[in-house]
Amino acid sequence: MDRSRAGRRAYSFPAPDVPEAPVPAEFARRDLPALPEVAERDIVAHYTRLAQMNYGVDTGVYPLGSCSMKYNPKVAETVAALPGFQRAHPHQPDHTVQGALELLWRLERALCEVTGMARATLQPPAGACGELTGLLLMRAHHTKQGNARTRIAIPDSSHGTNPASVRLAGYEALHIPSDARGLVDVSALEKLVDEDVAGLMLTNPNTLGLFEEEIEKITSVVHNAGGLVYYDGANLNAILGRCRPGDMGFDIVHINTHKTFATPHGGGGPGAGPVGVTEELVPFLPVPSVERDEATGTFRLSADRVDSIGRMHGFHGNFGVLVRAYAYVFLHGSDGLQEVGERAVLNANYLAELVKEVFPLAYPGRPMHEFVATARPLRDRTGIRAIDIAKRVIDLGFHPSTVYFPLVVEESMMVEPTETETRETLDGLAAAMVQAAHEAKSDPDTLHQAPVTTPVRRLDEARAARHLKLRWSS
Amino acid sequence: MRFAPHTDDDVREMLARIGLDGLDALFDQIPPSVRLDRPLDLPEGISEMEILADLRALAAADRNADDLVCFAGAGAYDHYVPSVVWALAGRSEFYTSYTPYQPELSQGVLQALFEYQSMICELTGLEVSNASLYDGATALAEAVNLARSSQGRDRVLVSEAVDPRYLETLRTYGRGAGYEPEVFPVKEGRGGEPEVGDDVAAVIVQHPNRYGILEPARELFGQAHAGGARAIQVFDPLSLGVLAPPGELRADIAVAEGQVLGNHLNFGGPYLGVIATRLDDVRRMPGRIVGETVDIDGKVGYVLTLQAREQHIRREKATSNICTNQTLMAIAATVYLSWLGPEGLVELGRRCAAKAAYAAERLCEIRGVEPLFPGAPSFKEFALRLPRPADEVRDELIQRGFLAGVPLTDADGCALLVAVTERRTKAEIDALAGAMREALA
Repeated sequence: MDRSRAGRRAYSFPAPDVPEAPVPAEFARRDLPALPEVAERDIVAHYTRLAQMNYGVDTGVYPLGSCSMKYNPKVAETVAALPGFQRAHPHQPDHTVQGALELLWRLERALCEVTGMARATLQPPAGACGELTGLLLMRAHHTKQGNARTRIAIPDSSHGTNPASVRLAGYEALHIPSDARGLVDVSALEKLVDEDVAGLMLTNPNTLGLFEEEIEKITSVVHNAGGLVYYDGANLNAILGRCRPGDMGFDIVHINTHKTFATPHGGGGPGAGPVGVTEELVPFLPVPSVERDEATGTFRLSADRVDSIGRMHGFHGNFGVLVRAYAYVFLHGSDGLQEVGERAVLNANYLAELVKEVFPLAYPGRPMHEFVATARPLRDRTGIRAIDIAKRVIDLGFHPSTVYFPLVVEESMMVEPTETETRETLDGLAAAMVQAAHEAKSDPDTLHQAPVTTPVRRLDEARAARHLKLRWSS
Repeated sequence: MRFAPHTDDDVREMLARIGLDGLDALFDQIPPSVRLDRPLDLPEGISEMEILADLRALAAADRNADDLVCFAGAGAYDHYVPSVVWALAGRSEFYTSYTPYQPELSQGVLQALFEYQSMICELTGLEVSNASLYDGATALAEAVNLARSSQGRDRVLVSEAVDPRYLETLRTYGRGAGYEPEVFPVKEGRGGEPEVGDDVAAVIVQHPNRYGILEPARELFGQAHAGGARAIQVFDPLSLGVLAPPGELRADIAVAEGQVLGNHLNFGGPYLGVIATRLDDVRRMPGRIVGETVDIDGKVGYVLTLQAREQHIRREKATSNICTNQTLMAIAATVYLSWLGPEGLVELGRRCAAKAAYAAERLCEIRGVEPLFPGAPSFKEFALRLPRPADEVRDELIQRGFLAGVPLTDADGCALLVAVTERRTKAEIDALAGAMREALA
C-alpha cells in the first residue's frame, strides 16, 4: 500500500496481564511479513476510495444474465448481525444453539416446498459446490445399485460449472445438442442416454431464458434409462410459485441463494447452494443434518445417515448467508414469492421488447426472466461488437449485461433485469443500449474508445496473463 | 413485504407493450401438467417489523460468545474484530457487487483482492495466492486436487493430527476425484512417519495441529519431498507473527481457515478458504486470481487473470468448479491485516501464546486435570485430560457462563481442547479455572 510508513500503526491491545511465553526458538519466525504500516485513518480513506470505484446493486441496475442481481433487502443485514447468529460458535452444543438450528430446520422445509423436494442439505457454500454435492449423491445412489455409471449428460448451453463439477465427481460430460428452438434436442437425448449415463443436469428455464416445454419427456427419457435428473437452480427465480422442479420430474435441485433469495453476492461471494432431493435420495445427503425431536420440539445436529456422502463444508455451510435467505423467503411468503417470479419475467420481456429492433433475440421463443439477444447483425453491418456496446453502456450510466455467454450464441448479450427494477430504469437502460447501437454507425469511435467515464479504461487482459503480476513486490 | 416496484398501471402498460393481456400469459409455455395448481404452502408475506421479531426471537434462543466467555476453538476462534473491518468491508459498493466481470466498474474489489493476494503471500512466504476459496476444509480438498494433478500421482497421506472435519471433507471430495485419504499415525499427539512411496502425491500436516501442538513440520515436509510428494500445510494465519511461515518450512501448498482474519464466528460460515503455493503451480491453482495490468492510457489497473484455468472458459478441463467464492471475507481479511500490520501480527501472536500458556498452567493446577500430551509445544490452543467426560464438564461450565472448550474423542471422551485468544483476560482465565475447579470438585 502506497501509504505505508515504517512505524505507523492502527492496532491497539490492552496492557499485557500475563507473563510472556515465547514459542520455542526452533519454531519461531525470523523475518516479519511486509504488511502495510498505516494509521486507521489511512485504511479508511484507502478502502473508501476503493469502494467508490466499485459498482454494486445499490449503485444501480445490474442486468447480468444468469446472475439475478436483484436488490438486497437491508433488513437481512440487520438480522444476520444479531449476536445470537453472528457470535455463535460452530462447536457450541446443540442445546445452546436452538435458535440457529430451528432457523436452519425451517429454512430447509421452506426450500423443499419451493422446489418440491423431500429434504435438503444447507451445507454447500455456493452453487458450484451444490452441483458437486448433487453429483456425488447421484454417484452414491448408483453405486448402491451396483454400478456408479460413467457419464453425465449436459446441454451445450450449460454454465461452465456443470462440466467442471461433472469431472470433479469422477464422471465424463456427455454433451447434448440444442435444437433450432434453443431447447434440448429430445430425439438426440433419447439416442445418447443409455445405462452408462448416471444423470442429466439441466436448468429450466434454460440458459437461453427459455422454458423446456418438453421437460416431462426429458426427465422420463433419463429415468427410463435408470438415470437421475439434476436441476441447476440458476434460473429458479423465473418460476417461483408457478411450478416446481420436483413436479417436473427432477430428483436433485440446487438453489443459488444470491440469485433467488437476494443474498448479497459480496463482489464474488459468499453464496450458499442448498441441495434438495427426492425421498429416495435422502439417505445419501451430507451430514450433519438438522433434525427435530417431535416429542420435545427441540433440534439437534445428527450424523445418523450410514449411506451419507459425508461432509461438503467444514461446519454448517454459509450460515450467515442462510439467515439472509430465511429473511427474504419469509418476508415474501407464498404470495410474495410468486409475485417475484411474475415481475422478473415481466421486466425481462418488456426490456427485450424495447431493444429487439437492434438486438434481436437469438431464439424465437418467449423468454422468461432473462433473454439472450445477439449483436451479430450489428457487427455484420458495422463491425461493432457486443463488448463495444457493453463498454459504451457503462459510459451512459448503466452496468451492461453479460456478454459472450452462453457460448452457443455469437455476440451474445444475456440480459436479466430482475424484478426489483422500475419501468423507468428499464426504459433508461433500453435507451442506452439502442443509442449505443445507433452510434455504431454514426460515431463508432466513441464506442471503440469507451469507457471513458470509469476510473480506468479498457484494460490489457492479455498483458495481465503474459506478464504475471499477482502481488505487490516486497 | 415486497421489493418489486410495479404499480398496477406499470403492469398493464408493460404487458400492453409486450402484447399480452395478463401476467399468466407470460407463463403460457409451461405445460399445464407441471404447473403448481395451488399457492406454495408457506405463510403469507409479512412486514419488516414482523421478520425482525421472528428472527430476534430465534437469535435470542442462542447462547453466543458475547454472553459466554469463549475458550472454544477447533477451527473457529474468538479473535477481536476491530470496528474498522466491517465499517469498510460492509460498504454496499463491495457487498452488493457481483464477480468483477466488467473490470472498469470493479476496480475496488479487484484492487482489494490484489492486496489480499499480496498479504497472503507475505504471511505465508509462498509466491502465489488466489482470491479465496470457501473455507479451510474445502481449501484443503482443492489443494489435494492441485497436488494430484501437479504430481500425476494418486495417493494422499494425512496426519492423524489434522482436524477430523477436514479429513471428513477430503473423504467426500475424494469419492469424486478417485482417492481415499490415508491417515498416518502420530506419536504423543504429533509427528509420525509417513511412508512416502512413489505413488504418493501429497502429505498433509496441520501446524499447529488439531491438538494445538506445534509439529516437526520441517522434518515431515522433508520426508514428503524425499518421496517426491507435495507437502501441504494447514496453518493458522494468526500464528504467523510468531511461527515460521509455511514457505520457510518448505511447504509447497499452504491452506488455512481465514475466519480468524476479521471474520465473525457466524455459527461456522461464511468463512474464508486461504490457499497459497509456489509460482510453478500457478496454472493449476483453483479459483479466481487477480492480476495487475494497464489500461489503454497506460494507467495501472486490475483484472481477473489466467482465466484459462477456470470453469467458464475450460469447462470440464478446468482446475476446479469454483465460481462464487468468499470475496467479501477476503476483503475483510485485507482490512484486518492492514489494521494489524507487521508489529500487530507479532504482538497478537505473543498475546495468544502468553495467555494460552498461562491458562494451561492454571487449569492444570486443578486436581485431576493434566495436559493430554505433556510437554508438547503449543501456540494458542491445548488439550487437557479431565477426570470426567468432557462434554459433561463443558455443559456444567456453560451454566457458569463459560464456553470452556471443545470436547475431543481422545481419552475416552475425557479430553477438552481449550483455545485462548488475545481477547481473553487474566481475570477471565482465573475465573474459568475457578469454575472448573468447582465443577470437578
